[in-house]
Amino acid sequence: MDFTTLIEILNSTLRLGTPLLLACLAGLFSERAGIFDIGLEGKMLMAAMASGAVAALSGSVWVGLLAAIGASMMFALLHGVASITFRGNQLISGVALNFLASGITVLVAQRLFGQGGRTPPLEGAARFNPIDLPFAEALSGVPVLGPIYANLISGHTFLVYMAFALVPLSAWVLFRTRFGLRLRAVGENPAAVDTAGISVVRLRFVAVLITGVLCGLAGAYMATALQAGFGREMTAGRGYIALSALIFAKWRPWAALWATMLFGFFQALALRSDVVEGVIGVKVPVPALDALPYVLTVIVLAGFVGKAIPPRAGGEAYVKER
Amino acid sequence: MNRMPQWADVALVPLISLALAALVSALVILAIGASPTEALTVMVKGALGSATGWGYTLYYATSFMFTGLAVTVAFHAGLFNIGGEGQALMGGLGVALVCLALPWPHWSVALLAASLGAALFGAVWAAIPAWLQARRGSHIVITTIMFNYIASAIVVYMLVDVLRPAGQMDPATARFPVGAKLPTLNQIPLLDLIFTKRVPANVTLLVALSACFLVWVLLWRTRLGYQIRAFGKSGPAARYAGINPFRIVMISMAISGALAGLMATNYTMGAAGRLVQNASEGAGFIGIAVALMGRNHPVGVFLAAILFGFLYQGGAELGLWTSIPIEMRIVVQGLVILFTGALDQMVRMMVAWFFRIGRARAG
Repeated sequence: MDFTTLIEILNSTLRLGTPLLLACLAGLFSERAGIFDIGLEGKMLMAAMASGAVAALSGSVWVGLLAAIGASMMFALLHGVASITFRGNQLISGVALNFLASGITVLVAQRLFGQGGRTPPLEGAARFNPIDLPFAEALSGVPVLGPIYANLISGHTFLVYMAFALVPLSAWVLFRTRFGLRLRAVGENPAAVDTAGISVVRLRFVAVLITGVLCGLAGAYMATALQAGFGREMTAGRGYIALSALIFAKWRPWAALWATMLFGFFQALALRSDVVEGVIGVKVPVPALDALPYVLTVIVLAGFVGKAIPPRAGGEAYVKER
Repeated sequence: MNRMPQWADVALVPLISLALAALVSALVILAIGASPTEALTVMVKGALGSATGWGYTLYYATSFMFTGLAVTVAFHAGLFNIGGEGQALMGGLGVALVCLALPWPHWSVALLAASLGAALFGAVWAAIPAWLQARRGSHIVITTIMFNYIASAIVVYMLVDVLRPAGQMDPATARFPVGAKLPTLNQIPLLDLIFTKRVPANVTLLVALSACFLVWVLLWRTRLGYQIRAFGKSGPAARYAGINPFRIVMISMAISGALAGLMATNYTMGAAGRLVQNASEGAGFIGIAVALMGRNHPVGVFLAAILFGFLYQGGAELGLWTSIPIEMRIVVQGLVILFTGALDQMVRMMVAWFFRIGRARAG
């Protein structure tokens, strides 16, 4: 494998890792507050459809992005009502919302555009287009660093840079602010937070809504940046992979970055079976490469790569004064 | 919380949940500019209006009974087996390997062997996540989801690179031998008086019905079933009573996986006659809705499976005859899980509230 191929693969690692990173950070806020969310997948799908449809109708990707965030937050709110207000099973609620999203997205897209559940292809201002960082062209002649800057770091869409900026921001919010302290406390010991006179329900709803916003970004990225339009089931299990990355990362923002990029790298490899064959010298069946992120997740979950301890109150509804 | 009579808990709460799901579904249909009454008419006519319609409804219901029972058994052990889909896929692989291995002399022998193959493959595929949960502490929900994807990759690989006959384009196995062909309901004496035309529902329906009965016996009439339920209600209490948690997790997940795997005898052996891609037809996931709707009881699972069979056949008819896409049935499925599973507490609060008012009036 030569240097150019490596840059190419790392470049698609960034592109494929970004939706995972956004969804992973989304799950981070919810689970740190004690609300399990296997509905990341459904929220991403809703957001992808909403952004694809609204961007196609309005011609503006920014309006599409807003619609994506709105649609995703609506589902987040539903999850909140079911699992916080009515203390329902958080796993079942997530599963239900995933199915709901899987069906509704096709129904709405079919109703609006009549193209078999897809949205029309987006172009121009209806999509997030690559941004060339300053001097990318001029510096591309510099050995090693030039191509890295010009072909790897430069030339991504707005949401990729935003996703990377969100990592330090999330770390700061969670570990350096009063809100973050309370949010983590509510996931570890809600009774203590309640005793301090802070509303558990409100904090958890805020966390779930932040999850909605971030899933909205992840879904919009799928339909308006990574691809040009929404297609049925286009998230293809990314919500679940993000969830596993979250466990791999042991619920920490910086580790989430490395975990999602690792999974993104595997997805990028699955697209380049020729390169894999060239490097290890054995023909690897494409399904094996496809399954690699999932197998890796299982190995990680089994604790062979360090023990992951979830927030203590995760998955349990808080009942005041029992 | 026990402020309502038992009949309300067993029948009223699920029926109200179902009514709410139906109501929201009707609103969704209205929102996409179609008519809910027309949709219902098409569904009832297509799924229940003729013997052929029933033949399809019962065919789907057979699959859903297996996967619904699978989720039920795991639920009673306090485990959420969301991997029915992958277990059913692996079950299909088991069925295909058995059916293609020998020129089977009679369908009954073939069915017995294929059922064992399906159950074994499904059980193993569920036992790995069970072992990982019991010994390594990995969350069974996430692991079983991952195993769905891995199973799908394995089946694709087997179909494309191993089992596909030379010269065939589509990724599928060769057709099963004639001796492995299961009789459909229109080929069974007496039943052929009702089902005059060819229907996909086949003799595995009877297997599914006996599975319902056997699961009931297992859960409520055997020592093992008692241990499973005790463990599901409270792990620490069960451990204190001398129940081995590792054993219960392994056994209940293996049974659960075996039941999900058996679903493949209906589709792969009964209807398709060869293993194709995506042979689980989403039945693994519908099992979750069926188990929740059926209150985790075999009788409830039986009724809910018929209901979802109706929904699936009716949904297919919607896709054929109306402007409503076939995906409507996934929406209904999601709504049923939402209302019967996640918003259960809300419905209960509503019902309990009505009973309180009634009692206040009477008293």
